[in-house]
Amino acid sequence: MKEKKKKKSYGKWYFLSGVIVIYLIFLLIKPSIVAASFDFFLSIITKIIPVFILVFILMVLINYFVEPKKLIKYLGKKAGAKGWIISIIAGLLSTGPIYMWYPLLNQMQKKGVRNRFITAFIYNRSIKLPLLPLLIFYFGWAYTIVLTLVMILASLLQGIIVEKILEV
Amino acid sequence: MKKQTLKQTAIKAAKSLYNMLPIILGIILLISLINVIIPKAFYSSVFRGNILTDSFIGSFIGSISAGNPVTSYIIGGELLKQGISLVAVTAFLVAWVTVGLVQLPAESMLLGKKFAIIRNIIAFIFSMIVAAITILFLGVL
Repeated sequence: MKEKKKKKSYGKWYFLSGVIVIYLIFLLIKPSIVAASFDFFLSIITKIIPVFILVFILMVLINYFVEPKKLIKYLGKKAGAKGWIISIIAGLLSTGPIYMWYPLLNQMQKKGVRNRFITAFIYNRSIKLPLLPLLIFYFGWAYTIVLTLVMILASLLQGIIVEKILEV
Repeated sequence: MKKQTLKQTAIKAAKSLYNMLPIILGIILLISLINVIIPKAFYSSVFRGNILTDSFIGSFIGSISAGNPVTSYIIGGELLKQGISLVAVTAFLVAWVTVGLVQLPAESMLLGKKFAIIRNIIAFIFSMIVAAITILFLGVL
């Protein structure tokens, strides 16, 4: 177990090193690309700091106040409609890029939250409430409403299908 | 099991976020690079005018792209102006936010390889279905 854990923790460092190697290669071929990418990188970092803090606070609060038993009751094996509603609403309300939510979802998964709810959360996360006015501006009211509703329905189906395949 | 204190819980959360740091930094670095490498003009050059293949191309391009969804709205708006079908543009918009090839390594490491691969494949297929249903509904309205 301990060895497995150790191996896991190396994997992510290999990943980061791999990305840095790609940057170094680009630095040799075309330094301007690296400079522009790095500027972009910094702009993302400053934007996600608030999300990082939000995720941290949520992780602490959920761990401290929500008993694992309750979590399982609403989002575990025997969870029903409430589980769907919670994951859809949580997905719609969450902000920032999805990868910021992986640590929290990882924690939930370990505690026994069903994969269908995690999938539905991720799918609904792609509907960005603050960006809806912009989508309306570009594509119109009717389009935005229909697309959003179809996506919410799709999240249910997707959750069921992904979980079914995972069980095979 | 004894209940953890708030401080202990906070330390635990901070540790798991710290453990994620190399993955998050790597993903953001990759997203930044792809954003710079793929010029906006590239997107309109790949469509062929056939609704079916264009939807597939839209989903595909949306899947490999990463970044703020606002960028996808702007590109989608431009594509529409150039006469690309709304189905293809919708598939592109949906895949942009629901399929994440760039995030795949992070998703695999944290939520399981099988979960991440299956979720992304299904999301890819769904982006075309969601697009088709949306446009069908709009046609009826």
